[in-house]
This record gives sequence, structure tokens and C-alpha cells, in this order.
Amino acid sequence: MSSLSSDPQPRRAYMGLLARAPAHRLAELLPDLPTYAWLRAPEIGAVMVRGRMGATGAPFNLGEMSVTRCVLKLDDGTVGHAHVQGRDKAHATRAALIDALMQGAQANQIEADVLAPLRADEAARREAQAQKAAATKVEFFTMVRGED
Amino acid sequence: MYVATKGGEKAIDAAHAWLAAERRGNPDVPELSIAQIREQMALAVNRVMAEGSLYDRDLAALAIKQARGDLIEAVFLIRAYRTTLPRFGASAPVETGAMALTRRISATFKDVPGGQVLGPTFDYTHRLLDFALMAEGEAPLAPQDPAPQDTAPHVLGLLDRDGLMEPLPDGAEVPPDLTREPLEMPANRALRLQALARGDEGFVLGMAYSTQRGYGRTHAFVGELRIGTVMVEMEIPELGFSVEIGEVELTECETVNQFTGSKTEPPQFTRGYGLVLGQSERKAISMSLVDRALRWAELGEENTGAPAQDSEFVLYHCDNIQATGFLEHIKLPHYVDFQSELELIRRLRRDAGHMQEAAE
Repeated sequence: MSSLSSDPQPRRAYMGLLARAPAHRLAELLPDLPTYAWLRAPEIGAVMVRGRMGATGAPFNLGEMSVTRCVLKLDDGTVGHAHVQGRDKAHATRAALIDALMQGAQANQIEADVLAPLRADEAARREAQAQKAAATKVEFFTMVRGED
Repeated sequence: MYVATKGGEKAIDAAHAWLAAERRGNPDVPELSIAQIREQMALAVNRVMAEGSLYDRDLAALAIKQARGDLIEAVFLIRAYRTTLPRFGASAPVETGAMALTRRISATFKDVPGGQVLGPTFDYTHRLLDFALMAEGEAPLAPQDPAPQDTAPHVLGLLDRDGLMEPLPDGAEVPPDLTREPLEMPANRALRLQALARGDEGFVLGMAYSTQRGYGRTHAFVGELRIGTVMVEMEIPELGFSVEIGEVELTECETVNQFTGSKTEPPQFTRGYGLVLGQSERKAISMSLVDRALRWAELGEENTGAPAQDSEFVLYHCDNIQATGFLEHIKLPHYVDFQSELELIRRLRRDAGHMQEAAE
């Protein structure tokens, strides 16, 4: 696969974007699916999420999250992978299709029609959240302490 | 011992049909949707995810609906479901320092880089019933301010830089997993944290409270409490690199506690740690207090016999599904057991009667 020899960073970035995208939004942006064949049909499973003790120490198992994964092949043989949060098989299917399409001649089209809007949605969502947090930022002033 | 019984199928079917009708309640009242529970009962959903130990908001909302709002029953449904899922792998440890924050406070420093962010908190509310919520109104809007592009490093990291915090020891890169191997004592800190993270909020709260009241006192300050979302990244072997597979909301609490030190080491603050799936600060604070209390041995402290210092007591009793399973099984038919108890008490009474007759 070409991506293995080249820098995986752009692919990693859009795979993460697709995994986090709301399934219904992905369906809006990619209503028509190209023909494909399953290499691994969508499967729902769990991933153990790990944390670190004291935030930066040794790892421990925090709890699981639901994940759906699949692998498919376009008619031209390009393989697309997906691991997406949740249990939506259509979400995983579209994410894998986009991964495959991004490796071919339609990459620019998909980037413009699907990935750019998803990136804008996510940036707007994050910005709105950060702005709400900013509105609750406080300055505490220490007062004369009581007996307690 | 309970025994298998036969019969009652018709009654059981009728009981379950009645349960379904009761779950629906008065049909004149609109039925709750999963989305309504997910969006408007979000903290109940979070608790079910944390104690069910599966991050999936829709499933937790479904479980709450099915359980008629009985959260432990809902946790039970989630635990049962998760056992059916194949395990795809484990994530890289999440980076809570890079959390997109919705709340971040420190009780130890008033000025911290990145600031104190209250977030959507119940703190400072008056705890008066808001009767306006009984009427349907417009959806309220959260105020927004321009968001600064600053970062919010961990508060304890700042103390750590000055050498005031106990260092974090290294541990196994692949931590033990109590969902794969039975929990055995002595449990290391990784196992204790896993058990506490999925433990019953009420139980962990009670244990934490007991340490504050003097049973294994650890003098905890909330160095930092943060709530927000982190990316979850996992290595995908067939791709040969790791990808972000999603995003989870977490609550993290780090406590600063009284000192450790020795002839060779200068005094340092010690740590307690809490990390919980979803938004649950009561649980995260409780977890960090109990974590700290359970660390008495490794910090060379005295075992005062406090319940919160007893890892076997805490870890074997904090799981509400194990607890409810064993507790509630005693309502199942124990006819044979009880029959023998009945025979025993009758014989004891007979013997006592004979002895009394003999004495007279």
C-alpha cells in the first residue's frame, strides 16, 4: 500500500476526523456510495481506554468504549480502513469508503466535499465549547479568612 | 444454596408484560426517546457509562429507559452487553493534559496558568427547586466569551517541577485488567484504579468521606479537578500506525496530600488520583481520596485499621453489580435450605422441651 511508505500523518488526521464525525453528517456529505466489496464486514466491538495514574505515570485500564471497524475494497482494488467510535455500521462503511477514495484520483474532490466541511464543523463545535468555557472563567480574590 | 424450581412460566410472562406496561407508564404522557434521555438525563447516562465501564451514550440511555431509571439495573444491562463485544485492543493512554476543557478548578492555587474555569456546575446554585422547569420554555443559551488560545497544564505538574511532589513510579506498559483476570490481592495501584473507576459512586463516596472524618485521614486538597474531552488513539496493526478512533469526556481529579520523606529524601507532597468516564466530579474526587488512602503501605504509613485502607474490603465491595448479584440472590427460592433450618429449629425446641420436662 502506498501510504505505508509515505507519510501517514495526513491519513491519520482524516481518519480521526471521520471517526469523530457525527454519522448523520457524514451521510449528508456522502449520500451516494461507490461500489465496493467487503474485506472485513463491519463489526462492533470494544476498545479498552487507558489512562495514566497521576495523569503522567504508568498506565491503567479505565474502561471500554464501543467501536465499529471494517475494511473494504473499491472496484479498482484500493483498500479502505475504518475504526469509528460507536455502533453505527453505516458510519464505519462511509469512513472506510472515504479512506479508500482519498487514496485515488478523487482525493481532491472528497477533501473539498466531505473532509473540509467536517473539519469546519468540528472547529466550530470546539470553538463554541471553548467560548462557553471562557465565559465561566473566574478570578478568585482571597478574603480575610474566618475561623474555619 | 438455592435450587432450580419448575413451573410459574405463565406467571413470569405476565409479570414481565406488566413490567413493560409499567415501564411505559401512563400512555397519555408522551414516551421518552433515547435521545431525550441522552441529552436531558446526561449525568445519569454518565454514571451508567462509568459504572457499566463502557463509553456509549446511546446504550447507556437505552439501559436507563429499559431499567425504568434504576441506575444499578441499567449498569447491569451495560455490563452484560459489554461481555458480548469482541475486544479490538487497548488505546494509548489518554493525554488528559491536552483535554479540551469544559471545567477546570484548583483548590490549592487561585492563579493557575490557563485559569479557573467553572463550566456547567451545580456549585454556587442555591439548591432551590426551579418550578420554571415544570413549564415548557425556550431553550436557554450559554453565554460565550472569546476563547483565549492558552494552554492549561496540570497544576500538580507545576509543583512537580519544583520537586515538591512525590515522583510517579514507572509501571507495566500493559496494565493488568480485572475484566480478563479475576481480581486478586494484593492488587497493585493499576488494578485498584480500574476497580475504583467502575465502582459504585455511593460506595466510593462513603469510603472517601470516612477518610475525611478520620478513618485513614490523608489531608487531601483538590490540586486540580478537570472535565473535558480527550482523543482516544489506538495502534492499528494492519495500518502500521495509530489513529484516533474517537473522543471521550472524562473527569479527572488530582489531590495533593500530606507528606512523605525519609532520612535521604526531603519531604514531598503525596498524590491521590481519580479518573472517571464521563462527567462525574463527585466520583472522581472520591476516587482520588480512596486511591490515596489505599496507598498507605507504599508510602510507609501506619495501617490504622480504617476501612478505606483495606484494599480487600474496598475493592471486593465497590462493584455494585457483584454486590447486587449476591445480595439479591437471597430472594430466589431457598426452599431446601430453609427446610433444613426449619427442621433444625424444631429439633432444638423439642430437645429444649425434653430438658425442661426432665428438670421438672
